[in-house]
Amino acid sequence: MRKNVLAAAAVFVLLGAAAYGSFFIAPTDAKQGLIYRILFLHVSSAWTGLTSFFICFIANLLYVWRRQPKWDWLGVSAAEIGLAFTSVVLVTGPIWAHPVWGIWWTWSPRLTSTFVLWLLYVVYLVLRTLVEEPDRRALLSALFGIFAFIDVPLVFGSIRWWRDQHPQPVVMGEPGSGLDPVMFRVLFFSWFAMLALMTLLLWQRYRLAAMRSDLDTMQQEMEAR
Amino acid sequence: MRLFTNCGALIGKELRTEYRSRELLTTTIVFILIVIVLFSFTFDPTSDESRRFAPGLLWLAFLFAASLMLQPCFLREQHNDTLSALRLSVSDPFAIFLAKLVANTLFLLLTELILLPLFAIMYNVAVVPVLHWLVLVFFLASLGISIAGTALSAISAQARMRELLLPLLMLPLLTPILVASTEVTKSLFDRAPYVQWKGVGFLAVFDLVFLTALWLFGEYLLEE
Amino acid sequence: MTPLAFSPAGLRFENIEKRYGRLLALRRVSLVIAPGECVVIAGRNGSGKTTLLRVAARLVRPSRGALSFSSVSGDGKEAVRPGFVAHATMVYDELTAEENLLLFARLLGVVQAQTRVEVLLHEVGLWERRASLVRTFSRGMRQRVAIARALLHEPAILLLDEPATGLDPQGVAWLAEALRGLRDSGRTILMSLHGESEISSLGTRAVRLDAGSIAADTRTGATFRSILTFADA
Repeated sequence: MRKNVLAAAAVFVLLGAAAYGSFFIAPTDAKQGLIYRILFLHVSSAWTGLTSFFICFIANLLYVWRRQPKWDWLGVSAAEIGLAFTSVVLVTGPIWAHPVWGIWWTWSPRLTSTFVLWLLYVVYLVLRTLVEEPDRRALLSALFGIFAFIDVPLVFGSIRWWRDQHPQPVVMGEPGSGLDPVMFRVLFFSWFAMLALMTLLLWQRYRLAAMRSDLDTMQQEMEAR
Repeated sequence: MRLFTNCGALIGKELRTEYRSRELLTTTIVFILIVIVLFSFTFDPTSDESRRFAPGLLWLAFLFAASLMLQPCFLREQHNDTLSALRLSVSDPFAIFLAKLVANTLFLLLTELILLPLFAIMYNVAVVPVLHWLVLVFFLASLGISIAGTALSAISAQARMRELLLPLLMLPLLTPILVASTEVTKSLFDRAPYVQWKGVGFLAVFDLVFLTALWLFGEYLLEE
Repeated sequence: MTPLAFSPAGLRFENIEKRYGRLLALRRVSLVIAPGECVVIAGRNGSGKTTLLRVAARLVRPSRGALSFSSVSGDGKEAVRPGFVAHATMVYDELTAEENLLLFARLLGVVQAQTRVEVLLHEVGLWERRASLVRTFSRGMRQRVAIARALLHEPAILLLDEPATGLDPQGVAWLAEALRGLRDSGRTILMSLHGESEISSLGTRAVRLDAGSIAADTRTGATFRSILTFADA
C-alpha cells in the first residue's frame, strides 16, 4: 500500500513538472501561440504508446516461447495501456489542428499511422474477447500481437512515403518541422514523465490480471472439492 | 527436399479441390465485380477523376475480396479434421502454410487478371502499355495479402465470429500493401506512366518480412 | 516368413497433464506400453481417452509431462510416427479414395507411393471404388479409407479412437479381423473403446481412465471385464 502511494506521488510530481515545463519553460512559438504546447503531450504520448506496444511485443514473444501466464498478463496490460496513450494522440491531434488549420483532422504521417496502430491493437483486444479458453486465447493473441508489431514499421514507413507524395498539413513535431533545442529538452522530459505514468499503470494493470488469475485458480480448487 | 515435395503435393490438392468446386474463384470474382460497380456511383466517371480514384478502389476491392476468400482456407480443414491428418503426415508444418499461400496467391492473381480488362473498360484506363508492370505489382501484392491472410485465417478459424474476425484481423495489417499498391498502380495509370520502384520495394519487403514471420511461428498457429 | 517392414516400438507417458482452461483433461497420467501390446483404454465420455490418444499422436501438446517412444531396433534413425484413426475420418470428401491415399503417402514420404496405395486399397476392399469421391462413401467405407491412411507408412504403433463408432455389425467384424492381423504382426495398438465388443476382446491389456486419471490397469491386477463394464459400477 505504501509503495503504491509513493509511486503514484512520484509520477504525479513528474507529470506536474512536465506540465510546468510545457507551459512556462518552453519558449513561445512565433506562429502558433499557446496551442502548440499541446505538442508536448501529443508527441510524448505517441512515443509512450509505442513503447508500451513494444513491451507487449516482447511479452508476446516470451509467452510463445515459455508459455507462462505472466507474459500473457503483461501483454494484455501493455496493449491496453498503449491503446490509452495512442487514444490521447488521436484526440490531441484535432485539438491542435482546429485552431491552427481550421480543420479537425489532418492525414499527416503521424496521425494516420497512429490511427492504423490504434486499430491494430483494438483488434488485438477484440480477438481476445472471441477466444474463450485461456491458454488458446493467450497463444493466439500473442501470435497476432507479434504479427501486428512487426507490421508497425511497415505501416509507418509506407504511410510516410505516401505522404511524401501527397503533402498534408503537418502537426507540430512531425519530421521536417524544426524544434527549438529548449523545446526538445522539454519534450524529452515530458516523455520521461509519460514513461513513468506508463510504468505505474502497467504495474497496476498487471497486478489486476494476476489477481484475477489467482481468483480463478482458487475457484477451481473449491469446485474440485 | 521433403518440404518442397510436401508443398508440391499439397498445392496440387488445393488446386484440384478448387478446380472441382470452383466456388472460391466464382464467388470472389462476382464480389469484386459488385464492389467495382457500386464504387462507380461514388464519383464522377470522367477520365481524370477515374485516374485519381480508380487505383485505390481497385485495391480496396481486392483487399475486401481477399478477406472473404481466405476464410475457408483453414475452416474447411476442420471438416473431417483433415488438418490433423496433414499435421501427422508432413515433415514440417510450414509446408502446409507454404502450399496454402501459394495456392491463395494464384487464386487472387487469377481473379485480379480476369477482372483487369473489365476494370480498364469501365474506368477508362490504359492498361495494355503497362501490363507487365501491373502483373508484377499484382503478384507482389497478392503474395503479401496471401501470406498475411493465410496466417490470420489460421487464427480466426479457432475463434468465434470468424466470418467477421478475419477481415478485422487482415485489413489493418495489410495497410502497407494498400498504400504501396495504390501508389504504384496510380503512377502506372498516369498519362505518362512510370514505375515507382520504392513502392515495389515496399511490397517485396512486406512479403519477405511476413514470410519469415510465418516460417518462424507457423507451427504455433496450428497447435492444439 | 517375410521380415517385418517396421521395427516394433513402445510408448511411455510420463506425468502427462493437459489443461483446457478450467478443465483438467489429463491428470498426471503415467503409462508404459511395451512393443507389441494391444491396449484397450476404457472410460466414460469426457474421461480423457481422446486427449490421451491425441497426445500420443503428437497432435496435442501436453501442459506438463513428456511422451516418448522406444524402438526395439534402437537405432533411432527413423522417428516413430504412429498411425492415427479418429472419430473423424481425416480424409478429403472432395477427393477420391485413391487421390486421398496418394496425397498422404506422398506427404509421408512413402517409397513407391503408387504401389503402396494400390496394395492398401486391395487390403481394405476398396479397389473397386478407388475412383469414387469419398463424399459418396458410407460410414463403414470411410472408416476403411481412414485405416488405410493410417497404415500407409507401415507404422509400428497404431492409435484408434473409438474406431467402431457408426459401424454396422459387418463393419465391426471387418475391423476386428483387420486389427487382429495388425496385432498379430507385432504392431503396438492403443485403442479407446466404450464397452465390450468383438474389438475389445483383441486386447492384451486394458486400462480405465476416470476423469483424466488411470483408475485401473489389468497389469496391476484388475480384471479385463471389470474395466470394460465400468459403466455399471
